[in-house]
Amino acid sequence: MLARQFDALVDEAESGIDFDGLLVARADDGGYTFATPGHEATDLSETELHAHAADSPYVTNWYFWEREVQRHDSPRRAFLRRAEAAADHDPGERYDALHDGLVTEWGQLRIEATVDPETGDRRYDVRHVDDADHAVADLDAHHDPLEAREIAKHTDDGMYRPLKPATNMPTGWVFPDLDWRDAVETVELFLPATVANWYREQQGELDVDHWADTMERQTGIYGVVEELPREAVEWVAEAACDDSQCTKRREWQYSADDELAADGGTGVYPCREPCSLVVAAGRKWTKLEEEEPREYTFHLTPSEKEQVEGIVDAVADGRVDEIREADVYEDANRYRTRYLRAKLFDDHGDLGGVPTDPEEHDDHDADHDDE
Amino acid sequence: MSQALVIVAHGSHLNPGSSAPTYDHADTIRAAGAFDEVRTGYWKEEPSLREVLRTVESDEVYVVPMFVSEGYFTEQVIPRELRLDGWDVADWDSDGLSADVATYTAADTGQTVHYCGPVGTHESMTDVLIRRAESVTDDPHVGEGFGFAVVGHGTERNENSAKAIEYHAERVRETGRFDEVQALYMDEEPEVDDVTDFFESEDVVVVPLFISDGFHTQEDIPEDMGLTDDYRTGYDVPAEVDGHRIWYAGAVGTEALMADVVLERAADAGADVAGAIETVRETTRVAPGADD
Repeated sequence: MLARQFDALVDEAESGIDFDGLLVARADDGGYTFATPGHEATDLSETELHAHAADSPYVTNWYFWEREVQRHDSPRRAFLRRAEAAADHDPGERYDALHDGLVTEWGQLRIEATVDPETGDRRYDVRHVDDADHAVADLDAHHDPLEAREIAKHTDDGMYRPLKPATNMPTGWVFPDLDWRDAVETVELFLPATVANWYREQQGELDVDHWADTMERQTGIYGVVEELPREAVEWVAEAACDDSQCTKRREWQYSADDELAADGGTGVYPCREPCSLVVAAGRKWTKLEEEEPREYTFHLTPSEKEQVEGIVDAVADGRVDEIREADVYEDANRYRTRYLRAKLFDDHGDLGGVPTDPEEHDDHDADHDDE
Repeated sequence: MSQALVIVAHGSHLNPGSSAPTYDHADTIRAAGAFDEVRTGYWKEEPSLREVLRTVESDEVYVVPMFVSEGYFTEQVIPRELRLDGWDVADWDSDGLSADVATYTAADTGQTVHYCGPVGTHESMTDVLIRRAESVTDDPHVGEGFGFAVVGHGTERNENSAKAIEYHAERVRETGRFDEVQALYMDEEPEVDDVTDFFESEDVVVVPLFISDGFHTQEDIPEDMGLTDDYRTGYDVPAEVDGHRIWYAGAVGTEALMADVVLERAADAGADVAGAIETVRETTRVAPGADD
């Protein structure tokens, strides 16, 4: 306990402290009461109060939360309290656990909290969950939360990540020694607004804009998405909002009284309305769903049919890069796929030599409006 | 009472560079310390415009759109997504160039939101265009013997788009600093393709009034002007075209001094930015010898 922490304790004792198991009060005759679970002393002089408070985790814990973090009823405080399971353990137990490091996962982020038992000062290590076992020295260490924006921008393969809660957060970095402010900021920059929305949900105040609400308010080039059939919205949710693709838990439904059958996922933080990526993709799907099915006749061997199915699966599950060059037993193997193309595609790129539309060759939709 | 600045921008699902200038300017302003919080929100990235206000703790929020002109985004999309209760574009009382601020309560958070006009139409944007000319020529005194072209997208969908370009071209002209000044467009006359037809001066600085570098400023415009046949092979600055030297500056929004325009917008709206404007002007002074 630092001198300023004891001074604060004495100061606050005038109006009484009742926080996380710590009770401190001053009686009218000037004597102090100091109590923690299983320990109570009354009628103490200031010197005696100091003796009781000096090595108590309850005191530095009080100081950390009430004099440093402050902001009761704020998302950031609730998040930090969650990071050390403050609701479940009193400071005595918590300090023991924090000594070894208390870990919480937030999507693909792993946040480890520790405490300096002398001062109650918390420090936080933020990294990718997949890097849990790496030494800090083996990772790229960062200290400025703002650097999270650049890290979050690309996948490990260098591809741009437009969707921050997507399941492809890069690995290999660490923010090893953040104070509480910077820890919250780092989380905010990796996964924007997730703390705010999780907090609202905790308070029973999460506002959900369902598919129909969200599309109804769209204008401009997205005005058409309202017309996507109900059935197709199921496929949107299955395609884009699955745990394999996004770490948010989908809370929006087709409408308030019309739930989607697709699983919303298990993410720790909620998704309160279709994101901009889903809206943009929804526009494309709306246009595609306007087409009428046609009957095409192809001749495929049973293995070729299964190979086409295997290719779709591999692309949809993002497994293409995992398929070894020489593994010709995989349907989506590059040589197998090139063989299929060489055998079945004509000079126009038409499967089985069957034109997509006999009237319109090479009419590929190239609209890429990104507005 | 604490005050926050929220810079709102388009962002992109395809181009990682789109949000970069917005981040940079936010960082410059954050470092100047005038606001308790500085945040960014996007139409296409996160936090979304829909949720950015709930990431801000302050009661007073100054929202500055990183957009070139008044129009669809500033008048419809942003107010709607921010849930500005009672938004009416008439509250800006603008002629298409003069939007300054309108104040609302955000239905989402209850915060007082001072919704500012876009950076592109603020008068101080002219200074940034000129600073861009200094940066690209590496000459703080550039002007004499030079032509200056302000390039806009141009679109028939929104007449305000061209107004902003004309406005700044006229203001650059009024400084008398450059021998010739011309407004040019990608999608309407006079076209940037014919840039050399509009100038007598051998040297011409070309500055696109765009927020971020992307498809248009890095691919279309350099190819249209004949700086290169293929943007992937790059181009020189300056590049020789039809006997002129074209100093192509890229998007003005990437110029560090843009942070000043954002602050000016917030200051006009009543934000207490005290010495921050001075600080930002100082820290974004990048043209060599600018204080000679």
